[in-house]
Amino acid sequence: MPTFGSFALLLALALSGYTLLAGAIALRQLATGVRGRVSPERLAETARRAGVGSFVATTAAAFALVWAAFNNDFSVAYILHHSNRALPGPYKFAALWSGQEGSLLLWAWLLSIYGFVLRLRHRVDVKLTAYASTILAGIQVFFLLLLNFAATPFSLASGPVAQDGFGLNPLLQYPEMVIHPPMLYLGYVGFAVPFAFALGALMMRYPGEKWIHITRRWTMVTWLFLTCGIFLGAHWAYSVLGWGGYWGWDPVENASLMPWLTGTAFLHSVMMQEKRGMMKSWNVWLIFSTFLLAIFGTLLTRSGLVSSVHAFAQSSIGTWFWTFLVIVLSVCLFTFILQRDHLKAENKIESLVSRESSFLFNNLVLLAACFTVLWGTLFPVLSEYIQGNKVTVGAPFYNRVAVPIGLFLLFLTGIGPLLAWRSSSFKSIRKNFVLPSIAGIVTAIVVIACGVHPWEIFTTSDQGSFYSFIAFTLAAVVVTAVGSEFLRGAGVIARHTGQNLFASIVQLTRRNTRRYGGYIVHFGVVVIFIGIAGSAFNQSKEEELGFRQSVNIGPYRLECQSYSQDSNANYDTEYALLDVYRGGRKVTQLAPEKRFYTASQQPSTIVANHSTLAWDLYVIYAGKNPDTGQPIIKVFLNPLVAWIWIGVGIVVLGTGVALVPNMTAALAASRNRATALAASAETVAARGGD
Amino acid sequence: MSKISHVGRLIAVAVVAFLTMGSASTAVRYNDLGHKMMCVCGCNEILIECNHLGCPDSDRMLGELRASIAGGSGDDAILTAFQDKYGPTVLAAPMLTKFNIVAWIVPPAMLILGIAATVVLVRRWRLRAAAAPSAPPAPYFPAMRERIRRETEL
Repeated sequence: MPTFGSFALLLALALSGYTLLAGAIALRQLATGVRGRVSPERLAETARRAGVGSFVATTAAAFALVWAAFNNDFSVAYILHHSNRALPGPYKFAALWSGQEGSLLLWAWLLSIYGFVLRLRHRVDVKLTAYASTILAGIQVFFLLLLNFAATPFSLASGPVAQDGFGLNPLLQYPEMVIHPPMLYLGYVGFAVPFAFALGALMMRYPGEKWIHITRRWTMVTWLFLTCGIFLGAHWAYSVLGWGGYWGWDPVENASLMPWLTGTAFLHSVMMQEKRGMMKSWNVWLIFSTFLLAIFGTLLTRSGLVSSVHAFAQSSIGTWFWTFLVIVLSVCLFTFILQRDHLKAENKIESLVSRESSFLFNNLVLLAACFTVLWGTLFPVLSEYIQGNKVTVGAPFYNRVAVPIGLFLLFLTGIGPLLAWRSSSFKSIRKNFVLPSIAGIVTAIVVIACGVHPWEIFTTSDQGSFYSFIAFTLAAVVVTAVGSEFLRGAGVIARHTGQNLFASIVQLTRRNTRRYGGYIVHFGVVVIFIGIAGSAFNQSKEEELGFRQSVNIGPYRLECQSYSQDSNANYDTEYALLDVYRGGRKVTQLAPEKRFYTASQQPSTIVANHSTLAWDLYVIYAGKNPDTGQPIIKVFLNPLVAWIWIGVGIVVLGTGVALVPNMTAALAASRNRATALAASAETVAARGGD
Repeated sequence: MSKISHVGRLIAVAVVAFLTMGSASTAVRYNDLGHKMMCVCGCNEILIECNHLGCPDSDRMLGELRASIAGGSGDDAILTAFQDKYGPTVLAAPMLTKFNIVAWIVPPAMLILGIAATVVLVRRWRLRAAAAPSAPPAPYFPAMRERIRRETEL
């Protein structure tokens, strides 16, 4: 199987190389009008088919690695280091992305899948797709070069074949790790598609904004994958790492956030280009930056540039990534300089108080957030270069610098939809802002009455109360603004059609799924912010609990029923059984664990969590007191965490709605199809067919 | 005059009371300082959140932190002492000293500059649009009406 895998990778490289070269020659011939022995159309078609072939070959290589994992083929060094016989099936599959070489193979495989779909759908626009296909092949060649020559997943282990492997990192033995990395990678890799279309459209001076229409769904689906990937990662960190939080501003977490921020900016600013022919250069650079940041994120986790608990082992492939980044950036810059006159805006912003301005400021703030994250991630490297010593840039830095930027973004989320395109009059602003402002003021009063004191920022170094106060207030403003947008439109429909309000809201949403789907996404973002704001009121306690001893936190009392240990082929475990009481009534039983994995000889925490809408009761088995033999239990009471995961669900729903075609467009399409069918039926009838 | 100084004194007392309201207790300071430092064992976790089994450093460091607070040292002095002992990476965020100030200043400065540049740019575009001769009134155009209807959705 390793031979088969290596051959498949080599074949994939050859086919991708052909797609790149033949595609480039064909497009060059089409652009210059110079024709060779084979017509450019035929050459481009062979390139397309070779691209499809490279998908088959890369899939075969990925299959070979998974096969080796499932068949315990420890002659393959990668399988020896990332799997073992007792590893459960799903985690053997996850071994594909648990190490450097495997995850690079996953990158290449997902890219080949995207390329396959793109090449199958080439009739959408044959020439533009040919450009995009060639650019994607260029990216694919880079990853296949890496896999064939720098990070080979099928290299053989030295010495005699081992009886068992070293096992998978225990932190990765969690159900979410089976879906979180592929989601994240689908997001990272997916941005290659809009990038390829944007670069291709610029190279061929593609007229109009059709490339944006073609890539809109690609971008949204990719953005959705990245969003899900990031939050699955946050949920994994919360459930597995056992420190009571879900986001630690680790460089690897930051690496996934940066392309998400620029991708979000791109999703907003393309609307300006579609509606008013503005910000064309900006959009092109946004998608270029998003792709470059996705590659940079991959580089960060693999080059040893920054230290992180999530990073792969330090290796020499950093040089490969730096070279690739420089090449991509040079191609982007060169193409932009050559074709920049093609990107002239058709309109300019006419007022500071307009929907266009709000998009512009939204973009600015998203980019500022992205810059802050990038700055914080790279500052230790800069500090070492200038001062000669590294510094740590962790959560306190981001809490002070990035959180205010995030809150400003939340504010813009609320006011943007209330402004009109081109220019908003004072009268309309007053009319649209009254209700959200009242909601904000009322919420502020209620929040203060509930004991949140924003003025504590002046008396303590803790900014949590202040930030959460602002977040709750702005959340009320945004929810009211979004709600009033729905109600206003639905009210008009209800008056015209006599439908009830709910049916009118559904019809309104179906008429413009993108706009109202977007509002649902904004609502989801607000819910996420509410969840994050709750972290300002986290409580924790750590106590040694013997049999029948208890600990109180918030409204809960945890009583230790028993503590014991167990073992199976994969791990040894110590755990405690804790009855949870609220108001004297038992609500649940929790069993926090500490596992020690046999193959990898590493410990892991299994958190026990009782989650409600109000708070999470999050319990960790911290260890055993060696003197008494009793378990040490750490308990967290984390308010509103469930809202974060609910908010993500709403974001997914909103994006799903935005992906559905508008009702009028769908009706028109079905009408066109019906007309075409009727016409063909008439033709058949005229020919005398039945 | 005495009435004014009396009111002034009352305001001063109120301001001092407001500023010292909720001043940090030992537990709050321990939690606060514990969140401002990193565990040095290489786990990359905030000192007070380091939870891995058998960590060779976090318990000892937390003990030192408790002792420093009990010894009456100020927050800055404690952080400086830890920095001197364990190196600058022990602080979870750079202190406001020398080059490290740049870390704190650059992101907000970039945002403010960006906003200012955007405002100036939009104003310039607006002025240029106002100076340009206005276009003649558009003739009645059903396609445009249809587009407006579509874009306003209703």
